[in-house]
Parts: sequence; structure tokens; C-alpha cells
Amino acid sequence: MTTKYEHTNTTIHPMMFLLWLGMAGIVMLFGALTSAYIVRESAGNWLEFQLPKLFLWNTAVILASSVALHAAYIGYKKRRITTYRMGLVISFALGLLFLALQYMAWNELFARGIELTGNPSGSFVYVMTGIHALHLVSGLMALGVAIYHAFKLPYEITQKRVNRFKLVLYYWHFLAGLWIYLFLFLNIM
Amino acid sequence: MAEIKEVTYQPDSIIEELGYDDHFHDHGHDGDKYQVGFVSKYIFSTDHKIIAKQYLITGIIWAIIAAGMSVIFRLQLGFPEESMAWLRPLLGKWIVVNSEGFGTLAPEFYYALVTIHGTILVFFVLTAGLSGTFSNFLIPLQIGARDMASPFLNMLSYWFFFLAGLVMFLSLFVSTGPFSGGWVAYPPLSALPQAMSGSGVGMDLWLMSLVFFVVSVLLGGINYITTILNLRTKGMTMLRLPLTIWSFLVTAIIGLLSFPVLVAGFFLLIFDRTIGTSFYLSDIFIGGEALNHTGGSPVLYQHLFWFLGHPEVYIIILPAMGIVSEVMSTHARKPIFGYKAMIVSIASIGFLSFLVWAHHMFVSGMNPFIANFFILFTLIIAIPSAIKVFNWLTTLYQGDLHLRVPMLFAIGFVSFFISGGLTGLFLGNAPIDIQVHDTYFVVGHFHIVMGVAAFFGMWAGVYHWFPKMYGRFMNETMGKIHFWLTLISAYMVFWPMQYLGIAGVPRRYYSFDSFQTFSMFDGMNKVITVFAIIAFFTQLIFIFNFFYSIFYGRKVKSKNPWKATTLEWSTDIHPGHGNWEGKLPTVHRWPYDYNIDQVEYKPQYVPVSEGEEVIH
Repeated sequence: MTTKYEHTNTTIHPMMFLLWLGMAGIVMLFGALTSAYIVRESAGNWLEFQLPKLFLWNTAVILASSVALHAAYIGYKKRRITTYRMGLVISFALGLLFLALQYMAWNELFARGIELTGNPSGSFVYVMTGIHALHLVSGLMALGVAIYHAFKLPYEITQKRVNRFKLVLYYWHFLAGLWIYLFLFLNIM
Repeated sequence: MAEIKEVTYQPDSIIEELGYDDHFHDHGHDGDKYQVGFVSKYIFSTDHKIIAKQYLITGIIWAIIAAGMSVIFRLQLGFPEESMAWLRPLLGKWIVVNSEGFGTLAPEFYYALVTIHGTILVFFVLTAGLSGTFSNFLIPLQIGARDMASPFLNMLSYWFFFLAGLVMFLSLFVSTGPFSGGWVAYPPLSALPQAMSGSGVGMDLWLMSLVFFVVSVLLGGINYITTILNLRTKGMTMLRLPLTIWSFLVTAIIGLLSFPVLVAGFFLLIFDRTIGTSFYLSDIFIGGEALNHTGGSPVLYQHLFWFLGHPEVYIIILPAMGIVSEVMSTHARKPIFGYKAMIVSIASIGFLSFLVWAHHMFVSGMNPFIANFFILFTLIIAIPSAIKVFNWLTTLYQGDLHLRVPMLFAIGFVSFFISGGLTGLFLGNAPIDIQVHDTYFVVGHFHIVMGVAAFFGMWAGVYHWFPKMYGRFMNETMGKIHFWLTLISAYMVFWPMQYLGIAGVPRRYYSFDSFQTFSMFDGMNKVITVFAIIAFFTQLIFIFNFFYSIFYGRKVKSKNPWKATTLEWSTDIHPGHGNWEGKLPTVHRWPYDYNIDQVEYKPQYVPVSEGEEVIH
């Protein structure tokens, strides 16, 4: 339930602003985890190991998912209904694929002897990618609602639906950006 | 002084003429879900005014529980030789009664009481009960909004808080006892379920409760920020916001940036506890056996914890400061002194709060050169704090003081903030802190500056806005008794503690009978306990006054009983859904036009007359 109040001082929709603030909170969460990583690494007794190759594939998958969702958004606004619907579905499927690949990557790490309960350098990789994956699940839920709307509601362009779509779109792009941050961070550190 | 012209205003007609029509009432709210049914109106309400009252009353209940705990552990500290068998009906097996009928408090439970007392007061009472209540109640009313940006998230915020409280409450009844490793929950005590009895299920529930609590704070906070920045009425520029709103805004921003860091720390702690990772644990022997954990660092937890922990004390004190500024200006009938300086100091306290966390860790083995950085920023915080104190005192100076109960509490706040803040300068210096660390000096310091002071700010707010919340006044006589007894007993509890601390008496000790060094302080400990009990029973006067006045207090007859300038006093005595009956008020001036140009006061919705100089 959202409010229907007219707001007088706005250049940005309140819901969108809420989302930005929520994303700021998530940034602080990962900022804390990565700072903890740096602090802990500098203390020594730190196991160095190769990251799974699948992480690179995953980066491509999540970027493709973001592109697909963006195509869906443009399709929605330009009345290209097929692009709109298929873009959403493809984006959702790629999101699921990302989670599956992530699971395989964890298995690969485990098989190489990098266990969750071993040296903290390995634990950090599991924990950070795991918490990212949890956020991705929340993004998939939002995408699920968007897909439901795309197929169940009669197609029409309303300001309300544009705003709603933008919320999902920005959050999904944000999660892709967050992954790229983690990917670069883990590779560089 | 020149003659002051008394004035009365008709907000209805002014707003009807100049207000802003947002067509809010066009579609009619009579069949609205807001209005039908007890459950949606009073329980799962999305109305910010009801949610505020829910926060307040939940906070009061938690405050009673936490204060009751402090009385029990104060009895142990003040009168360890007295039997506590009479508490057995309440505490059950935690009172160990020997064959002669002599009852002693179980040491494990003493630690649990201290831990839960701190957790409840810091998080449930002074965070949720203070900023949850007043941010919810005042933000929409004072900025001229119909409700929060997302009333639904706002409702969710309260219910996550409720859930957090429920889980914490359940943890009190676990057979191994609630968590007892101190409210800061340092590993390894908090990370190893076998470390002590309270570290088992009690700690699991404690962590679960606090994660729910953080969700609640974040949902509330993003809503407060969005509402303040997006939903102000026409004319309500940032420099016309009441200082309450400024303080709630900065509080919410601090919370949004620091609570996720605490959660990150808690996640790692949960993994250490449940999965067996070693983020915080290394080389530990329990019962002669080495544990598997290697490579962790407990200091890492302290960094993550205090990155929230220090901003948290500003999350507690800033709303109280905002409330005090507003109450003081209204009851001194004077513009607040240095309005812009107040805003700048609120903002700079908020900023600096992120740069000082390690002053809690001077004895953790951190690099003493790094400590210098934190000493510097800690001492710099004294500057904006002193600016605020100066401005309050100058607001009082030559004011037309109306010493009603909210004003007394506002002045009391300043008194406590000064005396508690000064000891902060001692603690902020590593050389002195190393001497008094973990002594009663610290306990006395933070109880005065962020415990009692924040409570006084809260009471100032409750007494001041009670007429707006319930359409009735609280009893003035009971209020004054409440004020004086609390003021005296709070000082008598926490001042002696600072002497104890300088003498080196350590905090968190169950008893001091193992060595003679501290036996000379028995008398002082008895005095502290007696005043703690007096303070506790004084609060029953407040609680009676509060609940009695909701139903039987003197009725509010006019919309603006304190002759205040802010927008909430232009709504109906019992504001309904959407706050304003018709149009929204528009704002034409800053909020502190008291006794300017020989006019008693000018509310914010009153237009600027010809030739009048506007302040903002």
C-alpha cells in the first residue's frame, strides 16, 4: 500500500528515494564486511588461494540479466509488449542461473579444500558472496512480482507502473553493481 | 521591556484561505481501512500517530522491566549481606536459598541482569522508545504532511520492533538464562555457546532479537529521512524546520549508516557460533581442551560493534537535544538562540560520531599512535556539544520562563548533559581512560550523559506533547514531584559512582568480598542503592500520571495550549487521518517567532505582514 498524497517538494518519487536509502544501508553492510576483510588480512595468517573461474562467468551472467531487464523496461515504455515480457523472463532466468553457478563455485572451492570453517580468508569469500546471493533472492522476488504484473495485468502505460518498474530495475542494477564490486574486490585483494 | 501584545490566531480560517489543497479528502476516507475496526485502527495501524503511541507505550513497559532489573542488581551491590529469599517467587531458581532460608542471587543471573538491563535501555527504550515515538509523532505533524512516505513500512517497522521485544522477553525465561556476557557481546564469551550458561540459547535469542531490531530501525529510518526530504508542505524550507525535525533527520541518517555495520558484525558472530567459522576466535582452551578455531581476532568484532556503538549514543541523545530545544524555546517564550549554529552542531556531531569509535578500545591492545587520532576527534566533539549548551543557556537568559513540567525536564536535561559531558573529556583521553577503564567512572559517565539526560529529554517531550497525543494534560503536581525526586536521586546514584571509579572500583563485579581494597565503599554503595530504589518508585508516579491522564486528565480546550509556533498545534485537538481537516497549511516563517516585534508569538502558518522583517 503506497500513499496517494501529493508531495510538494519533490524532484524524486518518495518510493524511489526510500529505495536509494535502502541501497545505502546495503552498501554500508558490504562496506563493513570488506573493511573487516582488509583489517583481518593485514593481521597475517592469511591463506592465499585462487578464486573459482566460475565467478568470471557469473559476472557475465548478471550483467546480461541487467541488460535484459533494461530492455524489458524500454520495451514496456515503447509498447513493445514481447520485448517487455520476454526481457523480464530472461532476466529472471539469468538471475536463477547466477545462483546456480554461485552454488557450483562454492562446491568447487570446497572441493579444492577451501572450507567455510577454515582460514578466515576462505570464510570471508563464502560469507560475502552468500549474503550477496541472499540479496539477489530478494531481487528475484521483486522480479517475480513484475513478471506477474506483465502477464496478468492488462497492458497499459501508467505513471504508477512506470515508477514501480523503475524500483525493480534500479534495485536489480544495484545488485549487479554490488556483485562487480565484490568480484573486483576479491580479485584485487 | 516593551509591552507584549497578546494575540490569538484562527488556524482553520488562515489555512482555509492560504493553505495548499492536495485533494487529500476528495475521495473520502470514511470507508477507509484506517477507520474501520479496532484491529486496523489501534493494532495494525498505519497511522503515524497511533504507531508513535505504540512505540511510546512499548518503550514504557520495557523501561519498567529494565529499571526493575537494575533495582535487583543494585540490592546485590548495596546489601550483599541481606537475604533475597523474598525475591524467589519472582526469580525462581536464580535465587539460591540455603538450608537456613537465606537467599542469594545466582552470580550467572546477576550478569544476565546487567547485560539485559543495558541492551533493553540502549536499544528498546532510548532508541525505539525515544526516536521511534517522537520521529513518528512529530515528523508528519511538524512538516505539514498527511503521514509518512510509506505508512505500510512504518507499521512494519513497529512490528519488527515488537517481534524483537518478544524474542528478548522469551529469552528471559530460558532455563540456562538470558545472555549474560555484557550488552556489548564481545567474543569469545558471546561466540562460544559453552563459554558460560547464558552464552547458549540465551545468546541465540539475543542475536535474533537484535537483528529484528535493526530491521525495525532501518525501516523506520529510511521512512523518516524520505518523509522529511520529500513531503514537506509548501514554504517549509530546510531552514524553517523545527530543530526537532533536524535532530530526527540526522539521527535517522546516522542509524542508516551504522546499524548495517553492526549487522555485519553480528552475521560473522552468528557464523562463528553456528557454522564454526573463526572470524573472532583463535587459540582458545575450554576445560583444558583446545578448540578448532584458529586465525580469528576478537578485536575485529570490537571495531564492527563500536562503529555502530558510538554513533548509537548520538542516535540516543540527538532526538533528546532536538526536543529540548523546541520545548525550551516555547516555554521560555524566546527564539532559540543560534538556530543555524544548532543545525550545524547537530550535523557536525552526526559526522564526527563516525570518527571516534575506537575510543572505546584504548585497552584492547590497539596501536597507541592510532589512538591519538581517536582522542583528537573525540575531543573535537566537545565543540559542537558546547555550542549547543551555550545556546540553551542563552535561550534561557532573560527569557519569560514558564516553569511548567516539560520546561523543568528540559532544564534538567541541560544540567545532566553538562555534568555527564565533562567526564567524557576525561574518558576521551587514552592516558586517563586506561586508568578508569571498566570502572564505575565509566558507568557514572554514560548513565548521566546518555541515560538520564536522554530520559529527561524524553520526559520533556512526553509532558509537552501529551496534550497533542491524547487531548488531555498530564497532572502538573505529580509531574513536578516526578521531576524533583528523579533529579535528586539520579544525581545521588551516578555522582558517587564517579568517585568509586576514580578509586578504581571495577564495574560488572558481582561482589567485592574477595579483597579488602574496596570494602571502605560499602556505605557509598548502600547510598547508591537506596537512591536507585527511590528513583524506581518515583517512576511509578509518572506511569500512574501517564495512564491516568489518558483517560481522566484535564481536557485540552484550545488547539494551542502552549501558544507554540509549530504546525502540529494547528491541527484539531484530536487530529484524524491525514492530520489536517481540509487543506494543508503553508509555511511563511521560521519556527521560533516568540516575542518578536512585541508580538507574543507568530505560528509558522501565519503570513508575513507588510513591513515585517522575516528571520528565515
